[in-house]
Amino acid sequence: MAENTMPKKIIATTSLAGCFGCHMSLLDIDERLLELIELVEFNKSPINDIKEFTKECDIGLIEGGCCNDENVHTLISFRQHCKVLVAVGECAIMGGLPALRNVIPLQECLAEAYLHGPTVADSNPQRIIPHDSDLPKILDRVYPCHEVVKMDYFIPGCAPRADLIWDALVALVTGQELKLTYDTFKFD
Amino acid sequence: MEKTIHAVINKYNGDETRLMDILLDIQAELGYLSDATIACVAKTLNIPQVNVEQTASFYHFFARAPRGACTVYLNDSVVAGFNGRAAVARAFEEAAGCSFGQVSPDGRIGLFDTACIGMSDQEPAALINDEVFTSLTPARARELVAGLRAGQTVAALKGDRLGDGQNAHPLVRAMVRNNICRRGAIVFDDYQPGAALRRVVAMSSSEVIALVKAANVRGRGGAGFPTGNKWEFARRAPGDVKYIFCNADEGEPGTFKDRVILTELPQLVFEGMAIAGYAVGAQQGLLYIRNEYRYLRAYLEQTLADLRAHHQLGPSIAGQAGFNFDVKIQFGAGAYVCGEESALIESAEGRRGEPRDRPPFPVEKGYLQRPTVVNNVETLCSVVKVILRGPEWYNSLGTAESKGTKVLSVSGDCAQPGIYEVAWGLTVNDILKMAGAQDVQAVQVGGPSGACIAPAEFNRKLAYEDLATGGALIVIGRQRDLLRDVVLNFARFFREESCGSCVPCRALTGMSQLVLEKIIAGQGAPRDLDRLLVWATLMKRNRCGLGQTALNPIVSTIKNFRGLYEQRIKAGDDRFEPAFDLAAAVQDYEAAVAVPQE
Repeated sequence: MAENTMPKKIIATTSLAGCFGCHMSLLDIDERLLELIELVEFNKSPINDIKEFTKECDIGLIEGGCCNDENVHTLISFRQHCKVLVAVGECAIMGGLPALRNVIPLQECLAEAYLHGPTVADSNPQRIIPHDSDLPKILDRVYPCHEVVKMDYFIPGCAPRADLIWDALVALVTGQELKLTYDTFKFD
Repeated sequence: MEKTIHAVINKYNGDETRLMDILLDIQAELGYLSDATIACVAKTLNIPQVNVEQTASFYHFFARAPRGACTVYLNDSVVAGFNGRAAVARAFEEAAGCSFGQVSPDGRIGLFDTACIGMSDQEPAALINDEVFTSLTPARARELVAGLRAGQTVAALKGDRLGDGQNAHPLVRAMVRNNICRRGAIVFDDYQPGAALRRVVAMSSSEVIALVKAANVRGRGGAGFPTGNKWEFARRAPGDVKYIFCNADEGEPGTFKDRVILTELPQLVFEGMAIAGYAVGAQQGLLYIRNEYRYLRAYLEQTLADLRAHHQLGPSIAGQAGFNFDVKIQFGAGAYVCGEESALIESAEGRRGEPRDRPPFPVEKGYLQRPTVVNNVETLCSVVKVILRGPEWYNSLGTAESKGTKVLSVSGDCAQPGIYEVAWGLTVNDILKMAGAQDVQAVQVGGPSGACIAPAEFNRKLAYEDLATGGALIVIGRQRDLLRDVVLNFARFFREESCGSCVPCRALTGMSQLVLEKIIAGQGAPRDLDRLLVWATLMKRNRCGLGQTALNPIVSTIKNFRGLYEQRIKAGDDRFEPAFDLAAAVQDYEAAVAVPQE
């Protein structure tokens, strides 16, 4: 079908401060995966384990928001290498579950996690908050992706349904408008 | 406490639709509405506690925690800002020893911000225990706090600085000034109370409506709905019990005409209500007046009593058996959205001021589900004069689509802020000349929900067919930072005043404020302007006028002053977000791990 008429689009994906649930939902398109790889070629992505960009991409799918500086660097690099960036799922769009910490000062979060929590008393006798030049630095709050770079599209859901991801991808790859029926955005 | 609550509720016969009055009276006695008070009110009225809670939490003059023995509500409107509000606020804070939003450590003085209190021609102004203090200076603020600390009463601090006209009336004794700069042919022309009523009783109700229709009187609140039609709908609506409401909520920042009309000509307003009652077949009227004008209460009550004594209200008005009409005064408690007629009715019934879905319209199902006419103060004044002088005379004033006069509230950067009653059809330039405004950067026409226009449009006419307005003109001088001093203030105002019922209004008033702040801080991206304009189209989905117009300050300034936005927006690569600062975002973490932990 489409492969005869146009070059394959190149896709990259990543999970920042997410749970990989959105990636699982992507895999949940089941046998359509076979159709997908006819349409696209994957570059940097946990799906094929390519760690670094090896070429410029058409579409970047971002799962999760930014909770540390590594997330920020990754997101910026996606923005630099991808023509279109898509925020996939609640965490990328609004910060999601990790952003629950946004109402608590970071110092208190770290203290609870590493110093005062009921389970840490004996396991951290030196009372250290982990820090090392190899560890990412935690941000003051969790940022949704659009507060760091320009995001072109948003696919809502936690995780977005596989069908919705599929429809959105097909629309992006084929350049056809996505038909948003009422049940697409009716969640109750 | 329970005794007080029971006494107040008994005064209103345990009627839950009087919840606004009940809470206002209880707060006056007890200082604030504690959880225990709310519970007791609910129990006594035998209604769910949440019903009391939602009303108590909706209006900003209802205090859910102590706000000090003396509570200062300092206006934080745009014009107050122009006139030195920041320095006055600082003086209050230093003298009281607390910030705005707090109560002084000794519990004597509470400092709170409030939206426009209808004194834009004499700012900065504050309400202190319901008394109005105008033209404040830092020195005066310090003096007031010292006086309150020393135990002086608010009335004593006000002293003999009384305003002109009826502001000096023994029952008003306010330092407020009328500043009537121009008297027009209708509202502020000669007036003999009762003459129109005598004329009306010689006519049938349909003749009265025909007269109002022939004069093409249109609602003066801003929307311009034909008054005769509204009355006709209500008259034809089935039911024996109908109501006439006068909307004196006047919450549009920069508007203060109703305050002056109700100070100088309350009889005229009440006579207009009685005429509406006669035309519609209503026996009960209600003046819904904003709590900011509470200082007029005794005076207005006395006016009503006098009118009853002169048979201009009450049973058999003007000697006509069967023409019975009386007026009750209902105070609001601080909520801009209550100027919207269905929200006003909800509020008068004791609930949150949340606009209703329409249809049904209030003329079919309004107050207590009965047919209800809601008219603006000025509309009712116009009707009285139409009755006296006839529709031909009325039609000779104004323009093709806009007959009669408009009372304008002019404020901001001009030599003579105040009230100007002019025939419809004058240009913005005409008004600026009258008010002595020079070097004008922009004029906000119709308050925040209206339009902010640039000098190129100052030749436009004030009329329903061109620049429709509820009457507020805020003059913005060249020296102002339009985005920071005006647009951002309006954005905050709408965010604060959104009732929260419709999602676009609830979410986008807040989001657009954040984007605006980002742009003002020099962190805007070019796409931010497009975002704001897209959001403005979504706002049209909101239920009421507040929500539909809440982004107007932003939209009309992007349209008319786009350069001011573009100057502040970072040029360059639009793919990244200029407001995000990684170094700042990791600062907390670096601080947390830098110190050896105990």
